[in-house]
Amino acid sequence: MPLLSTLARLEAVRAGRAQPLATVRHRHLSENPLVFVPLTTAGEAGAPLGAMVGTDPNEPRVFVIPQPRDRDLRWAFLADLAVHVLAHIDAYADAVEPAERSETDPETGKRVKVETELCVDAPQLIVPSRAGIEYVRLLGRSMRFRRTAEEDPDNPYPAPSRVPLLGRWFTHLGERARVPGSSMLLSATDLLARHWATGQSNLEDQHLGALLAWIAPSGGGSGAEAALRAELGRDEHGQLLCPPAGPATDPAFDNKLLAPAIARYDAARAALAAGPGDDDREVRTAERAVRRLVVDQMSSTWWATWEAIDLVRALPPGERAEERWTRDRWSYTGHRDRVRAGEPPQPRRDDAVTAAQKLATRETEQVRLDAQEALDDPLVMAGRRLAGEAFAGEVTEVVMEWTESKRPSPRPLVTVSTEDRPQLADGSGAKVYRSLDGRPQSAQFVRFEEDGQVVLRLLDKMGRGRDPEPGSVPEKGDRVCWTLFEHDARGGPKLPDPEQTPWTHGGPPGSGAAVHLPDAVTDEDIL
Amino acid sequence: MQPRPLDARALAALAANPGCGRRALLDGAGVDKNALATALGSPAAFGQSQFAIVRGNSFEAKVKGDGGAELLRLVHGHLDPAAEPPGAGARVPDLTAAGPEGRAARTALALREATATRDWTLLDHPMLALEVAGSPAYLEPDAVVVHPDGRWTVVEIKSFPMIDAAADAAKVGAAARQAAVYVLALERTAEKLAGAEVGHTVLLVCPKDFSNLPTAAPVDVRRERAVTRRQLERLTRVEELAAALPEGLTFDPERTAEELAEAVSAVDAAYAPECLAACELAFHCRERARAADEVTALGRSVRGELGALTTVEAALAAASGAGCAEDPTAAALHRAARLRAEALELAAARPRRHVPESPECPC
Repeated sequence: MPLLSTLARLEAVRAGRAQPLATVRHRHLSENPLVFVPLTTAGEAGAPLGAMVGTDPNEPRVFVIPQPRDRDLRWAFLADLAVHVLAHIDAYADAVEPAERSETDPETGKRVKVETELCVDAPQLIVPSRAGIEYVRLLGRSMRFRRTAEEDPDNPYPAPSRVPLLGRWFTHLGERARVPGSSMLLSATDLLARHWATGQSNLEDQHLGALLAWIAPSGGGSGAEAALRAELGRDEHGQLLCPPAGPATDPAFDNKLLAPAIARYDAARAALAAGPGDDDREVRTAERAVRRLVVDQMSSTWWATWEAIDLVRALPPGERAEERWTRDRWSYTGHRDRVRAGEPPQPRRDDAVTAAQKLATRETEQVRLDAQEALDDPLVMAGRRLAGEAFAGEVTEVVMEWTESKRPSPRPLVTVSTEDRPQLADGSGAKVYRSLDGRPQSAQFVRFEEDGQVVLRLLDKMGRGRDPEPGSVPEKGDRVCWTLFEHDARGGPKLPDPEQTPWTHGGPPGSGAAVHLPDAVTDEDIL
Repeated sequence: MQPRPLDARALAALAANPGCGRRALLDGAGVDKNALATALGSPAAFGQSQFAIVRGNSFEAKVKGDGGAELLRLVHGHLDPAAEPPGAGARVPDLTAAGPEGRAARTALALREATATRDWTLLDHPMLALEVAGSPAYLEPDAVVVHPDGRWTVVEIKSFPMIDAAADAAKVGAAARQAAVYVLALERTAEKLAGAEVGHTVLLVCPKDFSNLPTAAPVDVRRERAVTRRQLERLTRVEELAAALPEGLTFDPERTAEELAEAVSAVDAAYAPECLAACELAFHCRERARAADEVTALGRSVRGELGALTTVEAALAAASGAGCAEDPTAAALHRAARLRAEALELAAARPRRHVPESPECPC
């Protein structure tokens, strides 16, 4: 952990309250994010127990499966979920603005601008915890290879029509969530932990209730006491006062409440199937009982997630967070196009080129995120300054100099007095950057003065004339902040087309047909 | 009270925090830490959902069904494809006996016979003995397979899924650490037997994708085995720990919480947040660590970073400039505190800047 974050945690311990780790909001928050609170059945892979989903805290859509191992009930649940989630995702698909992107011309091999369209906004999904993000991925994987009755009439267990599509979108969101700085799929715990330091460890911060208790303790007690209550407090029946944020449920809840309720539901269904009458009152009563239990587990997490969103929303937005959101909009538009073009679902495993591209993107975006967060937020910049990757100080002297050419350009020498210790070596000629009206101006490090002042030579953003444009050169007495890192991230070298994959990386991908066969469904897995 | 025997999970957790004398003593003495933690007023939140247990048992029964044919086929296919494939009537010796000692002896006998027979043999839930920190521990792996060439392979059957031939890394890691303990225990038996060898690659059997069909992957546990062995050897012997304790010390859960807290604090603990996932007493130890103002309560990395500043108070004093001038950590903290204060002040009155233009499509 960076020392500055450690210090914030130490301060939080003493204060009994979380301390700010950021002064602006570093993630885009949609006007109406879709909050998704899933619960899963212990021991089963991808067997949801229920979910709450919606864009209005007061009107969640609630889905509960009274017997999670029943395949038909699971399909019905996923079909309902698909209708609601896809309605939200599709709502952004048709509002577009013209945009340009560069493509490589296949004939000339040059980069050319192509007119295209970009969705003006994109959907945002927020889950309670990091495990929730993994669960979205898992659900995506479990759904995207299913076949509907139209696609495969012979399938004995066809999936409802929208389910595979939801699988593809969940997979896309899950993949996107791995890109640093992306905001299409966020978790409430990550959002909070990015902006506040608590007086507990990173591991304990994964508990949404405990994290909120440190940031906004209800009642008068300290954060530590409130967090302890959130972690361990149980009622007289041994049930947690603050149920886990899921998707896993508390074993005590499973064993004491849920299992008997599901058993009663099973018994009522068996009695209905065997009995002479068709009075399904018993079944419906039992179903309502399960539903009540599951809703009770989800609703506190539902509210906690909204509370987290409100807390983060209260922070002023970071300027460059919007720029990163535009990348999310490109990602959304791109996937929308792939779905519309009828492309097959994402493969089980990426081919070598796609995998390398994804990794390269994540690296570039990490560099970009680090730089942008520092530029947006003096508190983050303080961490970079502490690490010697930036320095701030006052300009003590400006000496005008020019290049020796027919049309001399300004190359002023700027002396900065700073208490920071930038990692610059004499004679290295390293470049440093500062933000000038949001655009990077670069300078070359010249030398350290004897009293530790830094001498820089400005290199650009001063206009075309002999004299620099007003405001482009700092004046004596100005406060300036220079970074040793670049402000924009550069992508890596271009990768070959998938068909050109070298043999060292497995060669060109094989026939695509085998890649997306549906998962085998066995009669065995009851489901 | 009946002593609680050490199991592989406990051993693996013990090996993860070998410096903890409290855990070593309580585990070594067979104290029921769950009951103790409840009596101390900080009950642990451990437990397993019956859904998971039912699912796990039914999956294990399916894997081992049909006389272990499927399991032997998986071992043959993944670990020993050159050997003759197991026949229909593979040997599955009966290992029932009275008490753990009896079962361990029965298992050793069955292993000897199987190694001598030179045929595929499946040992279903064998019992292995391993001496840990001076007290015996009895371990029960899911299965051990004896190959025709006399090699023994540990099989771990887990109910978490292997999706697209990949499983959750944390869960695989835990399974590997657990299997490493079994491998160590088997090696003790194999030492006494000519022609026997314990495979350092175990077979992890999991449900395939979202189905109930078993699939398997070999897991190399050499690293885990080496780590666990080193940690187990390092464990302070329980007698030595006990020798340093006051006479008449008892961890009887019937005592009051104060008496117990005093008894527990007679043995030093090494609390770190990782304990919360592995030890029943973790919440009690955390409370103690916080009360003692230890920085380790914020994580091992924090303690490592702060060096000699082991308490929150000392670290914050250093941040305010009252620390030892020669300590580089104290100086860095002081600088960090000034930078942080400056940044927070600056943020309070900050002009808005130009919003950069929209970026191009990154594709």
